[in-house]
Amino acid sequence: MKFRILTRMASILLFLWLSNLASAQEGEPYIHDPSTIMLCDGKYYTFGTGAGGLISDDGWIWHRGAIRPGGGVAPDVIHIGDRYYVTYAKGGGGLAGGHASNVYVMWTRTLDPQSPDFGFKDETIVATSDGVEDCDAIDSAFLLDPTDGRLWLTYGTYFGFIRIVELDPKTGKRIPGNQPVNIAIDCEATAMMYRDGWYYLLGTHGTCCDGPNSTYNIRVGRSRKVIGPYLDNMGIPMLKGGGKLVVAASGPLIGPGHFGLLDLGDSIQKFSCHYEADLRKSGYSVLSIQPLLWKAGWPVAGENFKEGTYEIQSERSGYALELVVDFVRMPHERRWFRRQNNEPVKPVPPQELADVINDWPTGNIEVRMGDFMVRPHQKWTITPVDSVGGYPGSPYFKITIAGTNRALAATADCEVVTVPVFTKAPEQLWRIDQLIDGTYRIMPKVIPNSTEPLVLTAVGARTPTLAKFDPKSDNSRWNFKTL
Amino acid sequence: MKIFRNIMILVFSLMVVLAFQDCSIASDGATDSTTTSNTAPSIAPYFKPAISSPKAPDDEGFLQRWLLLEPINKPNRTNTVFTDSYIRNAFYTEYFPNQFTVVPYDGDTVTVEGQVLVWHALDATSFNVKLFRFASGLDKQMYGVLFWAVTVVNSPRKIKNVRMAVGSNSASMWWLNSKEAVLLTGDRRMVMDDFVSKRLTLNKGPNIIRGAVINGPGMSDFCVRFIDENGEPIKDITISFENNKK
Repeated sequence: MKFRILTRMASILLFLWLSNLASAQEGEPYIHDPSTIMLCDGKYYTFGTGAGGLISDDGWIWHRGAIRPGGGVAPDVIHIGDRYYVTYAKGGGGLAGGHASNVYVMWTRTLDPQSPDFGFKDETIVATSDGVEDCDAIDSAFLLDPTDGRLWLTYGTYFGFIRIVELDPKTGKRIPGNQPVNIAIDCEATAMMYRDGWYYLLGTHGTCCDGPNSTYNIRVGRSRKVIGPYLDNMGIPMLKGGGKLVVAASGPLIGPGHFGLLDLGDSIQKFSCHYEADLRKSGYSVLSIQPLLWKAGWPVAGENFKEGTYEIQSERSGYALELVVDFVRMPHERRWFRRQNNEPVKPVPPQELADVINDWPTGNIEVRMGDFMVRPHQKWTITPVDSVGGYPGSPYFKITIAGTNRALAATADCEVVTVPVFTKAPEQLWRIDQLIDGTYRIMPKVIPNSTEPLVLTAVGARTPTLAKFDPKSDNSRWNFKTL
Repeated sequence: MKIFRNIMILVFSLMVVLAFQDCSIASDGATDSTTTSNTAPSIAPYFKPAISSPKAPDDEGFLQRWLLLEPINKPNRTNTVFTDSYIRNAFYTEYFPNQFTVVPYDGDTVTVEGQVLVWHALDATSFNVKLFRFASGLDKQMYGVLFWAVTVVNSPRKIKNVRMAVGSNSASMWWLNSKEAVLLTGDRRMVMDDFVSKRLTLNKGPNIIRGAVINGPGMSDFCVRFIDENGEPIKDITISFENNKK
């Protein structure tokens, strides 16, 4: 009996720990088949299956309120010129027992339903399936080819092929005479993106709509041509079921599907998807935003920053962010390098905060980078802060010296310092984004008396400051080493 | 057996000595080829006398013209004692009159605890100012020392948001126009742009730079330059202290 109680407690603790690792959005992030997230007039929008969609002021806390007429399933959105084109499908999907379906496109000048410019126009059918052919025309998604400005649309499900057609970017209508091309099987909820001479086709494999038992996972293939052939990392064509894994279930989040690229610039790319079930939220389907990394030419899911205690290491120099305080030597007996035969081996206790903190100044303490020595003035505890909002994928964090309330803060002269007590002041809140190479960008929410978006930057090997992010440099890239 | 043991102890001791010599060389960088042929103490080829015409920074913006004071005796068997508080105490101690204000003449002297020390106006021939060679070339003590350095940078205009970028072996402290700008503590190797000041302003006209470098055992040198907001060196300045004496 006791064993069962212990086992149950261990399970709960494990779940809480896993909950800590995973990240879905806050507020009311309930959605299925989310469209690519759009930033419109300072707000973020995404639409899902069924009517309506979600709005967020900061990309972290989401609420209902977005409006998309037409109902149907699995919409997508793209911004071209002064138009937001929206596509969705009606019929098919086996929902009414069949696979006859139409894919629609319409447009509006704004996604803000409160704006006088809001209103969808020119709804038109751009693709169909007759219910008999090897295709089910739902789950449509756009790609605007950055190399030539041509607009493409993929669609389809497990019922046959994924297909691609070309649209007119000026009207959203199908190019006259354009014929669909088959580009994949064995997936649904496709999306496309272009990078460094490659077209990437992302598709969702597995089973949807079964809550915590859904096996949804997102996979990718790539091609030099937009119409394929798309191959995975093993050379297996997506027309034969290939696909390299991008993201699968993690922690309490089960069944990711419906990829959507969110490119924030400055070497920060994120992607949206839904998880079929969030075990923390009654198993509802929820919106998620995660970093997108690139490894050897392939996209792979990164992880939103997790709270913990870390070394904060400069990618430029490898030195660690630390307080400017006296280095305190650890007591040890000087020995030759060879162990004496009669001397017992014993552990050396590490230096603890209590050993040094009384000699630290009590006011503000400056920071620098130093050789990492696993010392108290180099250990940073990073914790999400409630009720202060966030940014796409995460809440804001506080960065404090482990075991203390001493917090990293931005100053009015665009430098960084630690203050003795964390007060939730906006200059003490930090946005931590994983960059596409896996390193991180660290940015204060606010810099007093400044509106410039500056980030934590190494100037010189050992001096931190706040400066503009330079994607070509390692100055503003940081690593978090778990302690 | 005893003889064998004694031989082994001798061999081991020799290995330890050699190993420590290697450590010492490795930790302070490779020796220059020019150092091996020195037969008599000389600051050449590391320094040349500073002449009266203004000198520009080198191609990377490093300041090579300095007034250097012969080393003050400051015994330290190790550089690991150079904590922040030790360094502040050591550098804010007054060793000679007007220590934080003087722009001396070449050949001026000061007396520090009975040591008569001479200021030398020199141009370093490298980007870094090799204090060890300065001391050894003048046949002065090279270890357990504290150096003072002064120079004057003339700027054609007021330049905001510049940073003083310093590397030094070992610890050092630097002031711009009497305000503390950069502090480098600990047992350091000299790395260009190792520590960088906060954003500073170079005045139009003369700007006085003062530095102090402390060293126990091993080589000793420093390099200083100014960089702009983008990290690029500031080169449209000159260095000339002829008109800024005292």
